[in-house]
Amino acid sequence: MTGALDLIVSIAVTHVRARLRQTFVGVLGVATGVGFSVIMAALMQGSQEDFVAQLVDAMPHVSVSDERRNPPVQPAEQDYAAAQISGQSTPAMRRGVKNPYALMASLEAWLPGVVAPSVQARAVIRYAGRDTAANVVGVDPRREPKVSKIAAQIREGSLEALQRASNGIILGDGLAKKIGARVGNSVVVATGGGATMSARVVGLSHSGMKINDETQAYTLLKTAQVLAGQTGLVNELRIRLNDVMQAREMADRIEAQTGYKSVSWQEQNEDLLSAFAIRNLIMYTVVGAILLVASFGTYNIVSTITHEKTRDIAIMKSLGLRESTVRRIFVLEAMIIGLGGLLIGWALGYLMSRGLGSIEINLPFGDKNHLPIAYAPQHYLIAGGVALASSVFAGYFPARKAASLHPVEIIRGAS
Amino acid sequence: MSAPLVVARGLTRILTGEIETTLVDGVDLDIAAGEFLAITGPSGSGKSSLLYLLGLLDEPTRGELAIDGRETSRLREEARADLRLSTLGFVFQFHFLLPEFSALDNVMLPMRAFGRLSDRQMTAQARDLLASLGLEAHMGKRPDQMSGGQRQRVAIARALANRPKLILADEPTGNLDSHSTEQVLAILRKLVDETKTSVAIVTHDLSLAAQADRRVHVVDGRLAPHAAPSNPA
Repeated sequence: MTGALDLIVSIAVTHVRARLRQTFVGVLGVATGVGFSVIMAALMQGSQEDFVAQLVDAMPHVSVSDERRNPPVQPAEQDYAAAQISGQSTPAMRRGVKNPYALMASLEAWLPGVVAPSVQARAVIRYAGRDTAANVVGVDPRREPKVSKIAAQIREGSLEALQRASNGIILGDGLAKKIGARVGNSVVVATGGGATMSARVVGLSHSGMKINDETQAYTLLKTAQVLAGQTGLVNELRIRLNDVMQAREMADRIEAQTGYKSVSWQEQNEDLLSAFAIRNLIMYTVVGAILLVASFGTYNIVSTITHEKTRDIAIMKSLGLRESTVRRIFVLEAMIIGLGGLLIGWALGYLMSRGLGSIEINLPFGDKNHLPIAYAPQHYLIAGGVALASSVFAGYFPARKAASLHPVEIIRGAS
Repeated sequence: MSAPLVVARGLTRILTGEIETTLVDGVDLDIAAGEFLAITGPSGSGKSSLLYLLGLLDEPTRGELAIDGRETSRLREEARADLRLSTLGFVFQFHFLLPEFSALDNVMLPMRAFGRLSDRQMTAQARDLLASLGLEAHMGKRPDQMSGGQRQRVAIARALANRPKLILADEPTGNLDSHSTEQVLAILRKLVDETKTSVAIVTHDLSLAAQADRRVHVVDGRLAPHAAPSNPA
């Protein structure tokens, strides 16, 4: 068997080597396909990961709000299999998470992550006659750095300064620019509920996401509670998990335990993630098409070789080589072209990734000034696997045709 | 008396198509072990077609063919290929050597396909074969670097590579000069005499046919009842 394998390899290699130029063109076709598939996948995944990372950094992994997904079950519904309730009016309930600190302690007992309270208040921030709508987030400066990157995102001032100043506020740098405020200035914060207060700008934050930087402001929890008009109010528990991918599972468990609506970052960005899935589907379709086109080159080369080698095929069969052996020779030739293209394509894809990754460019989102490139082995394996499979597939048909040649017809014709 | 190596009974080959053509028509033929058989006949008489049937390169439309005691008519393609590889050797009018390979590699080709010997054994055996045919100096040459006679001797060496029991030769001297023809004939004769290998040769060459142990004459796909050794063509 080893002898037959040696024979197959030596004939295939000899055929391919005897047509160096043709082989080179075929290899180049596959290499281009693989190389561009790799760089395309690297760019697509890189940008996706970058975007998701910014998204995940900018928001809690799980957000527990003072809402419930379903209205509370009525006593009549508990007692009877079927109940019709009419004329029910929604009772005025105090907003907020009940016993937030006890709840936080209970969650932290089992949750693989940290929890921080926050209060959200919609407000208008005014300075020097200019005003802008803002989302004021009341935070606990000791806990908040554990659940968000706010501390690292402070460009001027510091998060701790919120505790030192009375009514301190940290503005997103985009927001500050809009109204022309700087650190040390006093701004007026007014809510729709009628609360108005003067606050001193103690810092500027920059998350890299324009929408956040132009609308977000941070105050102490107490300050935001005053703005929201309810002392002791906590309307959101922000949770950062050790493993960001556990967010969905943890959100379900928290909701089951507390009854409060718990939303994972995935749920919050379901549409975006679906769009990514569609984008990936499009990407792999295009990659498949590129590699399919490259395989036409392999088909052509193997077809040409089998056509030129008709007489050799006849003699090999007359000597006693099986059809399957002859078929394997030509399939192996296609594999050699595919393998050569794969290896060069991998190198090409890697070098292009390095090259593109080093180009400085201003991106429309975030702070990055380089194209985000993901270096993932699976890009190489998928592109290489598809290229090799399509080469073998392309080589199989001419190989099968060649192997089924009737030697007598060719020997008669050549004699 | 030992059983014949080849037993053909009612061997018939008909080409179907718009016009049906009978190439071989009910041939009964035995070839004994160690026999040198010449198959003669006019052009288009079906002698090469008969040889291809005997060599399992073609399948008979009717009839039975046993080679080395094995009935072949119901064998699958792979089994026929295996039997060709192990038992039969072919020499054609055109040498049919693989052009990119050296003489040594060409001779080793059937050995490697057979896979019974180690690399070293295959190389040694192929060298011995080529040397026995006077090709010591040409082992590393490709076919385009050799003369017609040398190529044909390489082709004979290749046919002998797996020590077949039967060599089938189709006009092996058709493209050779008289000196090379004599050489090839002497090789085949020696093969029969020394190794008891059977040889069936299709030829127009009267001198070659005269040196065979037996001659059969084919006319219109049938064996002529009485061969005429002095006038085979």
